[in-house]
Amino acid sequence: MGILEVKNVGKRFGGLQALGDVNLSIAENSVHAIIGPNGAGKSTLLNCLVGKLIPDTGSVMFDGQSVLGRKPYEINQMGISRVFQTPEIFGDLSVMENMMIPCFAKRDGSFKPNVFINMLKDREIVERAEHMLEEMNMSDKRHMHAASMSRGDKRRLEIGMCLSQEPRLLLLDEPTAGMARADTNNTIDLLKQIKEERNITIAIIEHDMHVVFSLAERITVLAQGTPLVEDTPDNIKGHPKVREAYLGETQEAA
Amino acid sequence: MFGLEKKDARLLILVAVLVAFAPFILNPFPEGSGLAQFNAGYPDLMQRFVIFGIFAIGFNILFGLTGYLSFGHAAFLGVGSYAAMWMMKLLTMNVIPGIVVSVIVAGVFSLAVGWISLRRSGIYFSILTLAFAQMSYSLAYSVLTPLTGGETGLQPKITDPRILDAALAPGATPKANLFGLEMGSSVELGMGSWLFTFNAGYYVAAIVMLVAFYMSIRIFRSPFGMMLRAVKSNQQRLNYTGLNTKPYTLAAFVISGMYAGLAGGLMVAMDTQVGAERMFWTASGEVVLMTILGGVGTLIGPVLGAGAIKYMENILSKINSDILHTWFAFLPDGLEDFVVTLIYPFIGKGWHLTLGLIFMAVVIFLPGGLVEGGQKIAKLFKRKSPVDDSPDGKTTPAE
Ligand SMILES: Nc1ncnc2c1ncn2[C@@H]1O[C@H](COP(=O)(O)OP(=O)(O)OP(=O)(O)O)[C@@H](O)[C@H]1O
Ligand SMILES: [Mg+2]
Repeated sequence: MGILEVKNVGKRFGGLQALGDVNLSIAENSVHAIIGPNGAGKSTLLNCLVGKLIPDTGSVMFDGQSVLGRKPYEINQMGISRVFQTPEIFGDLSVMENMMIPCFAKRDGSFKPNVFINMLKDREIVERAEHMLEEMNMSDKRHMHAASMSRGDKRRLEIGMCLSQEPRLLLLDEPTAGMARADTNNTIDLLKQIKEERNITIAIIEHDMHVVFSLAERITVLAQGTPLVEDTPDNIKGHPKVREAYLGETQEAA
Repeated sequence: MFGLEKKDARLLILVAVLVAFAPFILNPFPEGSGLAQFNAGYPDLMQRFVIFGIFAIGFNILFGLTGYLSFGHAAFLGVGSYAAMWMMKLLTMNVIPGIVVSVIVAGVFSLAVGWISLRRSGIYFSILTLAFAQMSYSLAYSVLTPLTGGETGLQPKITDPRILDAALAPGATPKANLFGLEMGSSVELGMGSWLFTFNAGYYVAAIVMLVAFYMSIRIFRSPFGMMLRAVKSNQQRLNYTGLNTKPYTLAAFVISGMYAGLAGGLMVAMDTQVGAERMFWTASGEVVLMTILGGVGTLIGPVLGAGAIKYMENILSKINSDILHTWFAFLPDGLEDFVVTLIYPFIGKGWHLTLGLIFMAVVIFLPGGLVEGGQKIAKLFKRKSPVDDSPDGKTTPAE
């Protein structure tokens, strides 16, 4: 039994069958990559896992509990954090504040009307947020307005925000898109390091094969809403179906 | 100080000093001079400054932090006023029970309105709040007449029960007071041709305003306040970060409703009468204007905006063409008439035109309101000195 069990999940948008009949099992403490051409339904699948969409059919179990019917904040509190395909951060707030919010959510739960404490005097939270900013190599940007950062930095901030929650399952939707090569490599290293240090399961959607093959232990190839194959990276590389459906295309395009 | 950062403590002290010396500051022109027209240091108006300041401070906690624009906050003010009036009629003319109950009643009412309105966001939320306020206004005029006095409104009557008060002396009328100190009582101080009035009611309202302002600073600097700003910035991210936005927005709505109720209660304490027109939608719109004019989401902006609008409403509107003629009497006759004709549409009943123009200018050129204007001017003067305006004011962890 994996920590995440997706069974027979289907999702239609009007006439479009975005997800056909998806079965996916992600083992605890593994890095599982989901790859596939544009429009394959990868983001739609993640949306079904975090409560953004409710699948038409099938079930999604996290650690033995169903996530379907739960609100996004409840699913997050169960231990699932997600990085979006387009960065979702608090643009009007400072980088430091962006980092403090998930720390509060992790410690205090989904609602706490703590009106009479000064947030900067909350040592525990401040230290945690500062530590995470250091890990992300963003300490120098702490006072910056988050919206004024580059796309790559926004994404790194978002990854940091998710990691600061110490999720049990981290969902990454193209985490390195828009990043400079150096930052991409840093992100790979950081994820590897986090992976070694603590128990975390990572599901990653990625077009950048360098990232996929550096991190993934299992790979699922999705095409037109259905998984084509699931295997180890080495087997995927040589798989004829995959070359045809996916790798061939991107390698030429790249 | 009081758990505030240095910067905020300085602001609070500055406001406290300004409020304490307002009777001097607002009366800069000697009596009888042509400019005495512009003096605003009389009790009535000063009370209105601080009361509407409270109203706007509270409104800003909802609108400024969460971005939810309510068009119905006058309803909470009105409900607070009625509640305070009933306390005066039933219990005592002492203003304390009235003020406390006005906050509680407005809080309960805003909980109900917020519970329903916050099911929607954006324009639909605004329309729902507007609908609630207009409904309250109509009800106050019709079926609720036994409670609200309908068109005549409510005033204390000699025959009211006032179970906590001793019987009135023969011929006396019930007057609002604070343990015997009448809200209407004033001390006057003449200095040369200047006359300054110190009014008990004003100082009571001013102290309440300072407490309200202090609480709003605490809210702004708390994790709760940060979550409210996060709601405005990206509600989706907040949800996926494990935070339930609903109770946050509802709490902000109720807090701002309680501020409105407090303002309503104080209004009755200062001027013991209330009518339903207090809940009309224009009153709700006014507080929106105050907040935007002063600076949405800033600490002091709403107070400035409230002051600016109330000043114009009371001072500009009193200038008439005779006064203009005396001002421009030094000009040759034809030119005098011409200048007066030119200015006339902007004063007296035309003050709304001036307000409209100023409002447009502020929104277009100073989206941050009067506060942004002030900051720009301040920057001109101290271009050299390094200003610490980091959003979380990290550098001065002083007690
Ligand atoms: N909310 C929606 N409403 C309607 N159609 C949608 C919606 N979300 C996704 N789709 C459609 O579903 C299909 C799958 O989209 P999805 O975003 O999951 O693809 P993807 O694999 O993430 O692609 P990419 O690599 O481009 O991100 C696409 O054809 C898309 O247009
Ligand atoms: Mg996608």
